Amino acid sequence: MSTVTGVSAADQAPGPDGKQPLQGDRASTGRFGDRLFGGAATVSGVVVIALVSLIAVFLVVQAVPALMNNSESFFTSRVWAPGGEKPAFGILEFLWTTVTASTIAMLVAVPVGVAVALFITQYAPTWMRRPAAGLVDLLAAVPSIVYGLWGLIAFAPVFKPVQGWIESALGWFPLFAPTGISGGTIFFIGIVLAIMVLPIVTALSREVFDQTPIAHKEGALALGATQWEMIRTAVLPFGRPGVISASMLALGRALGETIAVTFLVSALSDGSPWTWSLFNGGETFASKIANNAAEFSNPGKTGAYIAAGLVLFVLTFVVNSIARVVIERRKAFTE
Amino acid sequence: MSTATDRRVPDDQVAPGEPVTPPGGRPGRDALSEMSHPHRGRMAKDVVARIVMWAAFALAMVPLVWILGTVIGKGFHMLTTATWWTGNQRNINSDDFGGGARHAIEGTLTMVGFTALIAVPIGILTAVYLVEYGRGRLAKAISFTVDILSGVPSIVAALFIYAVWVTTFGLGRSGFAAALALVLLMIPVVVRSTEEMLKLVPNELREAAYALGVPKWVTVVKVVLRTAFSGIVTGVLLGIARVMGETAPLLILAPYTKNFQRDLFNGNFPTLPMMINQDRGDFALSTAAERMWGAALTLIILVLLLNVIGRVIAHFGSVKK
Amino acid sequence: MSVSRISALGAIALSGALALSACASENNGATPGAGSTAGGSTAAGDCFSGDLKAEGSSAQKNAIDEAIKAYQTNCADANIDYQPTGSGAGIKQFIAKQVDFAGSDSALKTEPKDGKIEADDAKASCGSDAWNLPMVTGPIAIAYNVKGVDKLVLDAEVAAKIFDGKITTWNDPAIAALNKGVTLPSTPIKVFFRSDESGTTENFTKYLKAAAPDAWSYDTGKKWTGKGEGKEKSAGVATAVKGQDGGITYVELSYAQQNQLPMAQIDTGSGPVELTAESAGKTIATAKQTGTGNNLALKIDYATKEAGAYPIVLVTYEIVCSKYADAETGKKVKSFLKSFASDSVQKGLEAKGYAPLPAEVATKVQTAVDAIS
Repeated sequence: MSTVTGVSAADQAPGPDGKQPLQGDRASTGRFGDRLFGGAATVSGVVVIALVSLIAVFLVVQAVPALMNNSESFFTSRVWAPGGEKPAFGILEFLWTTVTASTIAMLVAVPVGVAVALFITQYAPTWMRRPAAGLVDLLAAVPSIVYGLWGLIAFAPVFKPVQGWIESALGWFPLFAPTGISGGTIFFIGIVLAIMVLPIVTALSREVFDQTPIAHKEGALALGATQWEMIRTAVLPFGRPGVISASMLALGRALGETIAVTFLVSALSDGSPWTWSLFNGGETFASKIANNAAEFSNPGKTGAYIAAGLVLFVLTFVVNSIARVVIERRKAFTE
Repeated sequence: MSTATDRRVPDDQVAPGEPVTPPGGRPGRDALSEMSHPHRGRMAKDVVARIVMWAAFALAMVPLVWILGTVIGKGFHMLTTATWWTGNQRNINSDDFGGGARHAIEGTLTMVGFTALIAVPIGILTAVYLVEYGRGRLAKAISFTVDILSGVPSIVAALFIYAVWVTTFGLGRSGFAAALALVLLMIPVVVRSTEEMLKLVPNELREAAYALGVPKWVTVVKVVLRTAFSGIVTGVLLGIARVMGETAPLLILAPYTKNFQRDLFNGNFPTLPMMINQDRGDFALSTAAERMWGAALTLIILVLLLNVIGRVIAHFGSVKK
Repeated sequence: MSVSRISALGAIALSGALALSACASENNGATPGAGSTAGGSTAAGDCFSGDLKAEGSSAQKNAIDEAIKAYQTNCADANIDYQPTGSGAGIKQFIAKQVDFAGSDSALKTEPKDGKIEADDAKASCGSDAWNLPMVTGPIAIAYNVKGVDKLVLDAEVAAKIFDGKITTWNDPAIAALNKGVTLPSTPIKVFFRSDESGTTENFTKYLKAAAPDAWSYDTGKKWTGKGEGKEKSAGVATAVKGQDGGITYVELSYAQQNQLPMAQIDTGSGPVELTAESAGKTIATAKQTGTGNNLALKIDYATKEAGAYPIVLVTYEIVCSKYADAETGKKVKSFLKSFASDSVQKGLEAKGYAPLPAEVATKVQTAVDAIS
């Protein structure tokens, strides 16, 4: 967006109605106001940088000593025994659970979320659009702790037989192999996360689709496009950066969701065998940290958990960077 | 003018019989060129798409109805008890019926209000910087850090604040400390959604304002923010909805009290998520379970009320089209 | 279209909630404690007014909640909050001076663990000796859910093998040998454990290690080292067992009762013992004091073979400073704990799934509480 330039030039230009005094007056307050407003905006940005830097410093300072004492490979070990004289911990299991559950969540939530946004902005009868949007927003209004309660008490008992059925029908496929975990499997967590992030995807996508210039849409329709073709050629391309942004926001939420996952997940015991199955248990980074935060009794142990948090931090960043690149490339074409 | 014209590229290029380059710049698929001679395949696709959209919406409604049904079904009658809106939980243990939620309602509103008071200005101004002012390294760095911030799980934000507030400064845990952690969670949601909305404001509007001699900051405030107002409100509401139900930071930073407590800066602080959490441990007892669902429903109602207020503001504040 | 209008709207949006709650507070200030109707006669000058903060073991939550209720009913100006976040959290916050006293399922450790000695840290934080005062004893149940099995007997060795994944079906000969006459199904055994670090896990593994050292080779500790599927907190494991045929877990008595889960009887060598307040109390009575003076750390004999004694119990302590830097805080702690340790409050705890302190220990605790300043 390199289009906003030449403030002073605009200030100096005479007003269209030739009212010089007013124009001059405005120009001078304009310069002061600009410095103030622009300054405030810059300061806000710098504050954000400062905050994140502080968090990063905090994470690194706490994590590094623990990592130095680690007697296991941090990235490839599945052992988690950070306390004691000889701490040993690795994040492989959390990484797998977190990434897999979030992937399932995104695979479900993004297509459905975008489709719902399209439904609301393009397909729904006019009278239905506002109520429909309101209903989806209602889903966004449900706090995560309530998702956790609902998942635990209402959804899990219903989901269990479904999972059992998939296990017996598709159990030959490694991803669906039965593992003996009864409730809070990776797959289940993924579905609950999908429901939680769906309104985020929908709400933002809806706003963007709504902004599609009418000229684009009417242009396509005038050329004889069907409604779907109009959406594909006008609405979706216009909204794509917004959809990607929304998805990234949703992904950030899915990766870091804490309390609902903590309620629902089934942790694995030490030394349980490795499996690719989505029906295995396992803890995510956030749930592992939250579940044990009460017992962070010494710096070494705390550091190990913080190091795990740091990985999540980096993971989110990498995914976001990829999304940025995608958006930037698209911009290069539109401008 | 540049952006606007460019966005119309596909339309401009569509001359009869000519292939089309959609805005993605990918080689034109045959979609639009086919339009001059429609056939059944295209119509079928259109119908399928229509059905898929309806189905997606129906699918999205299933969890909504289910969750609300569960919460309302199990929690509504608590809201109709005499003390719910007026009392607190003092001397109400898990096997005692009822009590009030007023202490927690007040607490949650105060805490989230403070959070928004800090996070919304920072978030919106940062987004303004990124879209309207930012160029070069600083903008890239800010964008980068907002991405990182959005990846900070609530529990890590809470541990960070604990390390600063309690371990470093030696201050006590309090509602305010928790609000600070919530600020960290809310900022990226506000920045990202506001940024998207600001980007959608057509450049013609900005350029027209400049052409009229309007200073840049006035243009941003009156034209750009004004145009994007409804979208910004949506983003802020998403942020509020997100932090209102956050529990992990409260567990670490704001111990619960069953009593009234209006001091955000000292001592234990009552909030609805913590009230839910308190009774969750005993939800096999019907008394605790009812209270837990009641508190959950109250929390949803609060978020909804704020949403409605936000919508009204968005409605009156937005530019009529 | 004016700037001020927009900012005014924004201000309304942000401050609306605040204003709302601020108004509410004022209205409400007129009727303090509207929810507390359980008014009793205000007791003598023993009441304090103000806040008292405590945190720690979730195993004693229901007990201390009762004690708080009893105290607050008499003392309308006292606010006592207890956060059931876990023993480790309680001790941590106590050392960090965030709470006035801590609740813990184990006494402050006097030997170094992870490079720190809890007792020394607590002493440094208090500026005086920190005392462990046993206040409540909670039996740990082995709760199970097997269709058609209402009565189950286990001994330490079989329990250890079940929780270590060595015995995997309910009709295993080892279980059948202890349960003659009971038809056991071939259902697979699903072990559920606490995925958070917990004093309950620590005490349960201490029992397994002490009573079946051959079958339980792991170290004891707050983190589970056996097999199974982990669930968060007591409520999590209890719910999981309730929803799973073949499930088994270890959980505080009150949670097993709440969820109406059957509990295994334990055969210590002198016949199966059912879990009751009385049978658990017998084990507590055999405990030895390891602390000195008013520091009342107890050592439980988990391998007890006494007839009628249920061996899996935990003692939860209140950890206090012997002399508080702030005398006012000392008075508050003393006043509340005095009430907590009193016979009338202790008796009421039996109904909540706790075993009473043996008379001898109770007297010592009362003496110690009196010495707090």
